[in-house]
Amino acid sequence: MSRLAERFKALREAGRTALIPYLTAGDPHPDATVDYMHTLVAAGADVVELGVPFTDPMADGPVIQAACERALVHGTSLRNVLDMVERFRQDNVDTPVVLMGYLNPIDAMGLDAFSARAAEAGVDGVLIVDMTAEETPEIVPTLKQYALDPVCLIAPTTGESRMARICENAGGFIYYVSFKGVTGSASLDTSTLAEHVGHIRAASALPVAVGFGIRTPENAADVSRVADAVVVGSALVAQIAEYGEDRTAAQAALRATLGGMRSAIDTQDQNRQEARRA
Amino acid sequence: MSTTISDSPGQTMHAAHGWRDMPDARGHFGPYGGRFVAETLMAPLDELSKAYEAARNDPSFMAALDTDLADYVGRPTPIYHAERLSARVGGAQIWFKREDLNHTGAHKINNTIGQALLASRMGKTRIIAETGAGQHGVATATVAARLGLECVVFMGSEDMRRQSTNVYRMRLLGAEVRPVESGSRTLKDAMNDALRDWVAHVDDTFYIIGTVAGPHPYPAMVRDFQAVIGRESRRQMLERCDRLPDALVACVGGGSNAIGLFYPFLDDEQVAIYGVEAGGDGVQTGRHAAPLAAGRSGVLHGNRTYLMQDENGQISATHSVSAGLDYPGVGPEHSWLKDLGRATYVDVTDAEALDAFHECTRIEGIMPALESAHAVAYAKKLAATMSPDQIILVNMSGRGDKDMGSVAEAAGETL
Repeated sequence: MSRLAERFKALREAGRTALIPYLTAGDPHPDATVDYMHTLVAAGADVVELGVPFTDPMADGPVIQAACERALVHGTSLRNVLDMVERFRQDNVDTPVVLMGYLNPIDAMGLDAFSARAAEAGVDGVLIVDMTAEETPEIVPTLKQYALDPVCLIAPTTGESRMARICENAGGFIYYVSFKGVTGSASLDTSTLAEHVGHIRAASALPVAVGFGIRTPENAADVSRVADAVVVGSALVAQIAEYGEDRTAAQAALRATLGGMRSAIDTQDQNRQEARRA
Repeated sequence: MSTTISDSPGQTMHAAHGWRDMPDARGHFGPYGGRFVAETLMAPLDELSKAYEAARNDPSFMAALDTDLADYVGRPTPIYHAERLSARVGGAQIWFKREDLNHTGAHKINNTIGQALLASRMGKTRIIAETGAGQHGVATATVAARLGLECVVFMGSEDMRRQSTNVYRMRLLGAEVRPVESGSRTLKDAMNDALRDWVAHVDDTFYIIGTVAGPHPYPAMVRDFQAVIGRESRRQMLERCDRLPDALVACVGGGSNAIGLFYPFLDDEQVAIYGVEAGGDGVQTGRHAAPLAAGRSGVLHGNRTYLMQDENGQISATHSVSAGLDYPGVGPEHSWLKDLGRATYVDVTDAEALDAFHECTRIEGIMPALESAHAVAYAKKLAATMSPDQIILVNMSGRGDKDMGSVAEAAGETL
């Protein structure tokens, strides 16, 4: 069983919702990232999502664009990011790590070389934003061959037949993009979320994570009512931007922000369990 | 093999495996093109493909387009024999296809008219566009004004500085020009921001891409709208010279004016085809915008194509004196034509383009856009290797009025 599957199984048995923080690797500096990953785990992360910086992150809003630019100033490459995961694994063998990025850096490294090195470094899942199963049919089988879970996106605009095809390919979990927009832009509308997540559950047995637009503990708790996992990115990356090279302050802010969401989700999970018992 | 020439290109040659059969149903030109976008855009792109297919097969849509091209754009544009330039070069006869005479001063409006009519047909009320030199932005703002559509144009802040007159023109036309401060603050970043805006407003917004790049169906759709250039040219050449040209020359940034000229001639294999990329300070310096000369295959802006990128797959900064050519990618059909050898891609430097700009201005009284000046510069070199009874047709894709600031700056003068 993959590390992602194990983690989600344990969470489900405990009646808990996963919290998945996102960081752009190499922001503000390549030597900060591994420490920040450990900080996130200590603050309650169940899975860590690590962004691979790209010059043209067309699905990301200004906060993550700026993070990519900061990381690229230091020349952070896909190979560097894989080295970071390997270093993280020296002190943490059970927290799943998912890479999120764009196709071109993987294309440049070569899909096989990337997959082999990612598996060796201890990566568990790979989410390629601009990859579709129609366009690159070789990617999903290659990732699976190296025991990497292909994490796939589903959007509010995804129709039924595409959803079925995506769910067939996906591994680890399904990432539902909670609104039409880029990362970190609009605020979350939870009213239609339950319905959308319900459609995905009908099409796949995989856990459903919801991301885009989750900024506050209240947002996180709301999403945890319907989703198996809550993804938070821009709200954390904004803290890293604010504190820059004051890494102690940045880590304190990451702990506080993620910790607040963790508590809100835990309270929500407990309420749900109590309601169920009653 | 028959080489009979008719007005209908390709009728007698390669009917079975014509050069013009591409792309396939999912937008592939050989290994290039396709649709590499975030999931949110897949459904809107499907909707666009269906709407475009229906429109192009609807005689009333095509009739409306033809009427607009005639009455609003001013088509057909003439072909012009640049006799003094030809005499001076002392080789082949150089002719210009006068796209600079279109309404708004460039070929861009051929495409924006088509896409804006399609947007209206689809019930979209808001138009967005990216622009580099500002020509596509102006052409978009123009048709938006005419059709009463809201219009937002994304433009890199560096390009806004270089092309301030066009920024003002767009504002006069009622468009909002939104400065793009990310990345290199040029065309590629404007395209990123336009795609981001589209993702957030897919319900009411139509994204008018200005070149033959982007996810399927854009490369094919923009080519089809621009192919009027080549169709007219082919007919006009037969009428005026009773023969086809020996060579076509056009500048290539994204490559829409080039593919528009080339496409109707692709099956005329006796016609040599040259695309001219921006060599900047010289391809060997690394400061250029010539992905076909010095790039390799990759994925950007929704399609696979030749890209300027580093060994880690990060997109490289580009340089050209011409904002309209300052783009690290190129339309996927050009990548395919390069690999197959049907077209030859060359590059000329900023300095050569500026020289051609001045020469063409002084001896023909035609002030080319700096983009088009790249084509003129290469045509001069090519003509010198050919004989006086041969013909080169150059796409004069736009007029140079917008470039007064850049030309003066390069000459060390202030306006």
